[in-house]
Amino acid sequence: MAESAWSIDGLFFLTVLAMTAATYSMRAGGYWIMGRVPLTPRVRRGLESLPGAIIVSTILPIALKGGLPAALCLAVAAAAMAVLRKDIIAVFLGVAAAAAARAAGL
Amino acid sequence: MTLPLVPGIITFAAVFGTVCAQKGLTLAETMLINSFVFAGASQFVAMELYRDPVTPTVLIAMTGIAAAVNLRMLLLGASLRPWLGPSPAWQVYPSLYFLTDMNWLLALRYHAEGGRDWGVYFGSGILLWLLWTVSVVPGYYLGQLFAEPQKWGLDLVMPALFITMLIPIWKGRRQTLSWLVAAVVAVASWQLIGGYWFVLTGAIAGAVAGAFIDDPEPKEQARG
Repeated sequence: MAESAWSIDGLFFLTVLAMTAATYSMRAGGYWIMGRVPLTPRVRRGLESLPGAIIVSTILPIALKGGLPAALCLAVAAAAMAVLRKDIIAVFLGVAAAAAARAAGL
Repeated sequence: MTLPLVPGIITFAAVFGTVCAQKGLTLAETMLINSFVFAGASQFVAMELYRDPVTPTVLIAMTGIAAAVNLRMLLLGASLRPWLGPSPAWQVYPSLYFLTDMNWLLALRYHAEGGRDWGVYFGSGILLWLLWTVSVVPGYYLGQLFAEPQKWGLDLVMPALFITMLIPIWKGRRQTLSWLVAAVVAVASWQLIGGYWFVLTGAIAGAVAGAFIDDPEPKEQARG
Protein backbone atom coordinates (compact mmCIF):
# COMPACT_ATOMS: atom_id res chain seq x y z
CA MET A 1 0.00 0.00 0.00
CA ALA A 2 2.64 2.52 1.01
CA GLU A 3 4.42 4.37 -1.75
CA SER A 4 6.40 6.35 0.80
CA ALA A 5 6.99 6.27 4.53
CA TRP A 6 4.95 9.44 4.85
CA SER A 7 1.74 8.45 3.12
CA ILE A 8 -1.37 8.13 5.25
CA ASP A 9 -4.51 6.27 4.24
CA GLY A 10 -7.61 8.48 4.56
CA LEU A 11 -9.79 5.98 6.35
CA PHE A 12 -6.91 5.03 8.63
CA PHE A 13 -6.62 8.69 9.57
CA LEU A 14 -10.32 8.77 10.44
CA THR A 15 -9.87 5.59 12.47
CA VAL A 16 -7.10 7.18 14.50
CA LEU A 17 -9.24 10.27 15.11
CA ALA A 18 -12.15 8.11 16.25
CA MET A 19 -9.91 6.09 18.58
CA THR A 20 -8.44 9.28 19.98
CA ALA A 21 -11.88 10.73 20.60
CA ALA A 22 -13.06 7.51 22.26
CA THR A 23 -10.01 7.37 24.49
CA TYR A 24 -10.16 11.02 25.45
CA SER A 25 -13.82 10.73 26.34
CA MET A 26 -12.83 7.97 28.78
CA ARG A 27 -10.01 10.07 30.20
CA ALA A 28 -12.15 13.15 30.70
CA GLY A 29 -15.51 11.44 31.23
CA GLY A 30 -14.90 10.06 34.71
CA TYR A 31 -13.61 13.40 35.89
CA TRP A 32 -16.57 15.17 34.30
CA ILE A 33 -19.15 12.84 35.83
CA MET A 34 -17.68 13.24 39.32
CA GLY A 35 -18.12 16.99 38.92
CA ARG A 36 -21.86 16.38 38.63
CA VAL A 37 -22.09 14.05 41.60
CA PRO A 38 -22.27 15.76 44.99
CA LEU A 39 -19.19 14.89 47.04
CA THR A 40 -20.93 13.43 50.07
CA PRO A 41 -18.72 11.77 52.68
CA ARG A 42 -19.73 8.41 51.27
CA VAL A 43 -18.81 9.35 47.69
CA ARG A 44 -15.54 10.74 48.97
CA ARG A 45 -14.75 7.51 50.79
CA GLY A 46 -15.56 5.59 47.64
CA LEU A 47 -13.21 7.77 45.58
CA GLU A 48 -10.52 7.33 48.22
CA SER A 49 -10.88 3.57 47.96
CA LEU A 50 -10.83 3.66 44.18
CA PRO A 51 -7.06 3.86 43.56
CA GLY A 52 -6.26 0.84 45.71
CA ALA A 53 -9.15 -1.09 44.20
CA ILE A 54 -7.98 -0.25 40.67
CA ILE A 55 -4.46 -1.39 41.52
CA VAL A 56 -5.55 -4.67 43.10
CA SER A 57 -7.92 -5.44 40.24
CA THR A 58 -5.27 -4.69 37.64
CA ILE A 59 -2.37 -6.67 39.02
CA LEU A 60 -4.02 -9.72 40.52
CA PRO A 61 -5.04 -11.33 37.22
CA ILE A 62 -1.58 -10.44 35.83
CA ALA A 63 0.04 -12.23 38.75
CA LEU A 64 -2.17 -15.29 38.33
CA LYS A 65 -1.75 -15.40 34.56
CA GLY A 66 2.01 -14.71 34.64
CA GLY A 67 2.82 -17.71 36.78
CA LEU A 68 5.78 -17.96 39.13
CA PRO A 69 8.02 -15.21 37.65
CA ALA A 70 5.20 -12.66 37.78
CA ALA A 71 4.18 -13.64 41.30
CA LEU A 72 7.81 -13.52 42.41
CA CYS A 73 8.26 -10.10 40.82
CA LEU A 74 5.25 -8.67 42.66
CA ALA A 75 6.19 -10.28 45.97
CA VAL A 76 9.77 -8.98 45.81
CA ALA A 77 8.63 -5.50 44.75
CA ALA A 78 6.07 -5.33 47.56
CA ALA A 79 8.53 -6.58 50.18
CA ALA A 80 11.27 -4.20 49.01
CA MET A 81 8.84 -1.31 49.08
CA ALA A 82 7.64 -2.16 52.59
CA VAL A 83 11.22 -2.25 53.86
CA LEU A 84 13.01 0.39 51.79
CA ARG A 85 10.15 2.73 50.79
CA LYS A 86 11.87 3.49 47.50
CA ASP A 87 9.76 2.67 44.48
CA ILE A 88 12.62 2.80 41.97
CA ILE A 89 14.62 0.20 43.84
CA ALA A 90 11.56 -1.93 44.57
CA VAL A 91 10.55 -2.02 40.90
CA PHE A 92 14.10 -2.79 39.84
CA LEU A 93 14.43 -5.67 42.32
CA GLY A 94 11.05 -7.08 41.36
CA VAL A 95 11.81 -7.00 37.65
CA ALA A 96 15.26 -8.45 38.23
CA ALA A 97 13.73 -11.31 40.24
CA ALA A 98 11.36 -12.08 37.36
CA ALA A 99 14.17 -11.95 34.80
CA ALA A 100 16.25 -14.29 36.96
CA ALA A 101 13.34 -16.68 37.43
CA ARG A 102 12.73 -16.78 33.67
CA ALA A 103 16.43 -17.23 32.95
CA ALA A 104 16.34 -20.19 35.34
CA GLY A 105 13.48 -21.59 33.30
CA LEU A 106 10.77 -21.32 35.95
CA MET B 1 10.00 10.44 39.60
CA THR B 2 9.33 9.15 36.13
CA LEU B 3 12.69 7.39 36.08
CA PRO B 4 11.75 3.78 36.92
CA LEU B 5 9.30 3.80 34.01
CA VAL B 6 11.65 4.93 31.29
CA PRO B 7 13.02 1.53 30.13
CA GLY B 8 9.54 0.04 30.14
CA ILE B 9 8.01 2.84 28.11
CA ILE B 10 10.76 2.93 25.54
CA THR B 11 10.57 -0.81 25.06
CA PHE B 12 6.82 -0.98 24.75
CA ALA B 13 6.61 1.92 22.35
CA ALA B 14 9.36 0.22 20.32
CA VAL B 15 7.49 -3.08 20.35
CA PHE B 16 4.42 -1.23 19.12
CA GLY B 17 6.50 0.19 16.30
CA THR B 18 7.56 -3.35 15.40
CA VAL B 19 3.95 -4.56 15.37
CA CYS B 20 2.90 -1.68 13.10
CA ALA B 21 5.76 -2.35 10.69
CA GLN B 22 4.76 -6.02 10.49
CA LYS B 23 1.15 -5.06 9.80
CA GLY B 24 2.23 -2.86 6.91
CA LEU B 25 1.57 0.61 8.30
CA THR B 26 3.70 3.43 6.95
CA LEU B 27 5.95 5.23 9.41
CA ALA B 28 3.65 8.26 9.33
CA GLU B 29 0.64 6.08 10.11
CA THR B 30 2.50 4.39 12.93
CA MET B 31 3.45 7.67 14.53
CA LEU B 32 -0.03 9.01 14.02
CA ILE B 33 -1.83 6.21 15.84
CA ASN B 34 0.83 5.98 18.55
CA SER B 35 0.97 9.68 19.39
CA PHE B 36 -2.72 10.48 19.03
CA VAL B 37 -4.21 7.56 20.88
CA PHE B 38 -1.40 7.37 23.48
CA ALA B 39 -2.82 4.39 25.35
CA GLY B 40 -0.52 1.37 25.32
CA ALA B 41 -2.62 -1.75 25.78
CA SER B 42 -5.54 -0.55 23.67
CA GLN B 43 -3.23 0.25 20.76
CA PHE B 44 -1.89 -3.30 20.74
CA VAL B 45 -5.34 -4.84 20.92
CA ALA B 46 -6.67 -2.50 18.23
CA MET B 47 -3.80 -3.42 15.89
CA GLU B 48 -4.98 -7.03 16.10
CA LEU B 49 -8.10 -5.84 14.30
CA TYR B 50 -6.30 -3.73 11.71
CA ARG B 51 -6.76 -4.77 8.10
CA ASP B 52 -5.32 -3.19 5.01
CA PRO B 53 -7.16 -1.46 3.40
CA VAL B 54 -9.11 0.06 6.25
CA THR B 55 -12.85 -0.36 5.83
CA PRO B 56 -15.61 1.35 7.84
CA THR B 57 -16.03 -1.95 9.68
CA VAL B 58 -12.38 -1.91 10.72
CA LEU B 59 -12.79 1.71 11.81
CA ILE B 60 -15.70 0.83 14.06
CA ALA B 61 -14.01 -2.27 15.45
CA MET B 62 -10.76 -0.49 16.29
CA THR B 63 -12.60 2.43 17.87
CA GLY B 64 -14.81 0.11 19.86
CA ILE B 65 -11.90 -1.89 21.19
CA ALA B 66 -10.03 1.30 22.15
CA ALA B 67 -13.08 2.45 24.09
CA ALA B 68 -13.51 -0.92 25.80
CA VAL B 69 -9.89 -1.35 26.83
CA ASN B 70 -9.74 2.23 28.07
CA LEU B 71 -12.97 2.18 30.05
CA ARG B 72 -10.88 1.99 33.20
CA MET B 73 -9.72 5.55 32.49
CA LEU B 74 -13.18 6.70 33.55
CA LEU B 75 -12.18 5.53 37.02
CA LEU B 76 -8.71 7.07 36.94
CA GLY B 77 -10.27 10.41 36.02
CA ALA B 78 -12.96 10.07 38.68
CA SER B 79 -10.34 9.48 41.37
CA LEU B 80 -8.60 12.74 40.40
CA ARG B 81 -11.73 14.84 40.95
CA PRO B 82 -11.20 15.61 44.65
CA TRP B 83 -7.69 16.82 43.88
CA LEU B 84 -8.10 18.69 40.57
CA GLY B 85 -11.71 19.77 41.13
CA PRO B 86 -10.88 23.25 42.49
CA SER B 87 -8.73 24.07 39.43
CA PRO B 88 -10.26 25.81 36.40
CA ALA B 89 -11.74 23.50 33.78
CA TRP B 90 -9.76 25.04 30.92
CA GLN B 91 -6.58 23.87 32.64
CA VAL B 92 -7.79 20.46 33.77
CA TYR B 93 -9.48 19.18 30.61
CA PRO B 94 -6.49 19.61 28.29
CA SER B 95 -4.30 17.93 30.90
CA LEU B 96 -6.65 14.92 30.98
CA TYR B 97 -5.55 14.10 27.45
CA PHE B 98 -2.24 13.02 29.03
CA LEU B 99 -3.85 10.80 31.65
CA THR B 100 -2.38 7.28 31.67
CA ASP B 101 -1.97 4.58 34.29
CA MET B 102 1.62 5.60 34.68
CA ASN B 103 1.40 9.29 35.47
CA TRP B 104 -1.80 8.65 37.41
CA LEU B 105 0.19 6.32 39.61
CA LEU B 106 3.08 8.75 40.04
CA ALA B 107 0.69 11.58 40.86
CA LEU B 108 -1.17 9.39 43.32
CA ARG B 109 2.02 8.54 45.14
CA TYR B 110 2.97 12.19 45.30
CA HIS B 111 -0.51 13.13 46.53
CA ALA B 112 -0.47 10.40 49.19
CA GLU B 113 2.75 11.88 50.52
CA GLY B 114 1.07 15.25 50.94
CA GLY B 115 1.96 16.93 47.64
CA ARG B 116 -0.74 19.07 46.07
CA ASP B 117 0.87 20.64 42.99
CA TRP B 118 -0.83 18.86 40.09
CA GLY B 119 1.87 20.08 37.73
CA VAL B 120 3.54 16.84 38.82
CA TYR B 121 0.76 14.84 37.19
CA PHE B 122 0.63 17.03 34.07
CA GLY B 123 4.41 17.31 33.64
CA SER B 124 5.02 13.58 33.97
CA GLY B 125 2.17 13.00 31.50
CA ILE B 126 3.80 15.22 28.88
CA LEU B 127 7.20 13.63 29.49
CA LEU B 128 5.73 10.16 29.03
CA TRP B 129 3.99 11.27 25.86
CA LEU B 130 7.25 12.57 24.40
CA LEU B 131 9.12 9.35 25.23
CA TRP B 132 6.28 7.28 23.84
CA THR B 133 6.13 9.32 20.63
CA VAL B 134 9.85 9.13 19.93
CA SER B 135 10.46 5.51 20.95
CA VAL B 136 8.09 4.04 18.38
CA VAL B 137 10.50 4.96 15.56
CA PRO B 138 13.44 2.66 16.40
CA GLY B 139 10.98 -0.19 16.89
CA TYR B 140 9.53 0.43 13.45
CA TYR B 141 12.94 0.04 11.82
CA LEU B 142 14.80 -2.26 14.20
CA GLY B 143 12.07 -4.64 15.23
CA GLN B 144 14.23 -7.62 16.13
CA LEU B 145 16.17 -5.71 18.79
CA PHE B 146 13.01 -5.30 20.82
CA ALA B 147 11.59 -8.74 20.23
CA GLU B 148 12.05 -10.10 23.74
CA PRO B 149 11.01 -7.63 26.44
CA GLN B 150 9.93 -10.58 28.59
CA LYS B 151 13.47 -11.85 28.91
CA TRP B 152 14.40 -8.76 30.90
CA GLY B 153 11.18 -8.72 32.85
CA LEU B 154 10.21 -5.43 31.22
CA ASP B 155 6.63 -6.57 30.76
CA LEU B 156 6.37 -6.56 34.55
CA VAL B 157 7.54 -2.99 35.20
CA MET B 158 4.00 -1.64 35.31
CA PRO B 159 2.56 -4.32 37.62
CA ALA B 160 5.62 -3.96 39.88
CA LEU B 161 5.13 -0.22 40.07
CA PHE B 162 1.44 -0.71 40.75
CA ILE B 163 2.14 -2.93 43.72
CA THR B 164 4.68 -0.53 45.20
CA MET B 165 1.87 2.03 45.29
CA LEU B 166 -0.29 -0.18 47.46
CA ILE B 167 2.12 -0.10 50.39
CA PRO B 168 1.99 3.65 51.14
CA ILE B 169 -1.78 3.96 50.63
CA TRP B 170 -2.65 1.15 53.02
CA LYS B 171 -4.16 2.74 56.11
CA GLY B 172 -6.06 -0.01 57.85
CA ARG B 173 -9.26 -2.03 57.95
CA ARG B 174 -11.17 -0.11 55.29
CA GLN B 175 -8.39 -0.60 52.73
CA THR B 176 -7.96 -4.26 53.62
CA LEU B 177 -11.65 -4.99 53.20
CA SER B 178 -12.21 -2.94 50.06
CA TRP B 179 -9.11 -4.41 48.40
CA LEU B 180 -10.31 -7.88 49.32
CA VAL B 181 -13.64 -7.20 47.64
CA ALA B 182 -11.81 -5.79 44.60
CA ALA B 183 -9.58 -8.87 44.48
CA VAL B 184 -12.43 -11.37 44.66
CA VAL B 185 -14.58 -9.59 42.08
CA ALA B 186 -11.63 -8.98 39.73
CA VAL B 187 -10.49 -12.60 39.75
CA ALA B 188 -14.06 -13.86 39.41
CA SER B 189 -14.80 -11.66 36.40
CA TRP B 190 -11.40 -12.42 34.87
CA GLN B 191 -12.28 -16.12 35.03
CA LEU B 192 -15.89 -15.74 33.94
CA ILE B 193 -15.87 -12.90 31.41
CA GLY B 194 -12.24 -12.57 30.31
CA GLY B 195 -10.98 -9.55 28.39
CA TYR B 196 -10.19 -6.41 30.35
CA TRP B 197 -13.45 -6.15 32.27
CA PHE B 198 -11.86 -7.33 35.50
CA VAL B 199 -10.22 -3.95 36.06
CA LEU B 200 -13.57 -2.22 35.86
CA THR B 201 -15.67 -4.66 37.85
CA GLY B 202 -13.07 -5.16 40.56
CA ALA B 203 -12.30 -1.47 40.95
CA ILE B 204 -15.95 -0.43 41.13
CA ALA B 205 -16.77 -3.19 43.60
CA GLY B 206 -13.80 -2.18 45.77
CA ALA B 207 -14.73 1.50 45.68
CA VAL B 208 -18.36 0.78 46.55
CA ALA B 209 -17.20 -1.42 49.41
CA GLY B 210 -14.84 1.32 50.57
CA ALA B 211 -17.67 3.83 50.49
CA PHE B 212 -19.89 1.71 52.72
CA ILE B 213 -17.34 0.40 55.20
CA ASP B 214 -17.24 2.38 58.48
CA ASP B 215 -20.94 3.06 58.15
CA PRO B 216 -23.08 3.01 61.29
CA GLU B 217 -25.13 0.18 59.80
CA PRO B 218 -22.75 -1.56 57.42
CA LYS B 219 -24.52 -2.99 54.40
CA GLU B 220 -22.76 -6.12 53.29
CA GLN B 221 -20.55 -5.27 50.36
CA ALA B 222 -22.55 -4.22 47.34
CA ARG B 223 -21.11 -6.21 44.50
CA GLY B 224 -20.31 -4.33 41.29
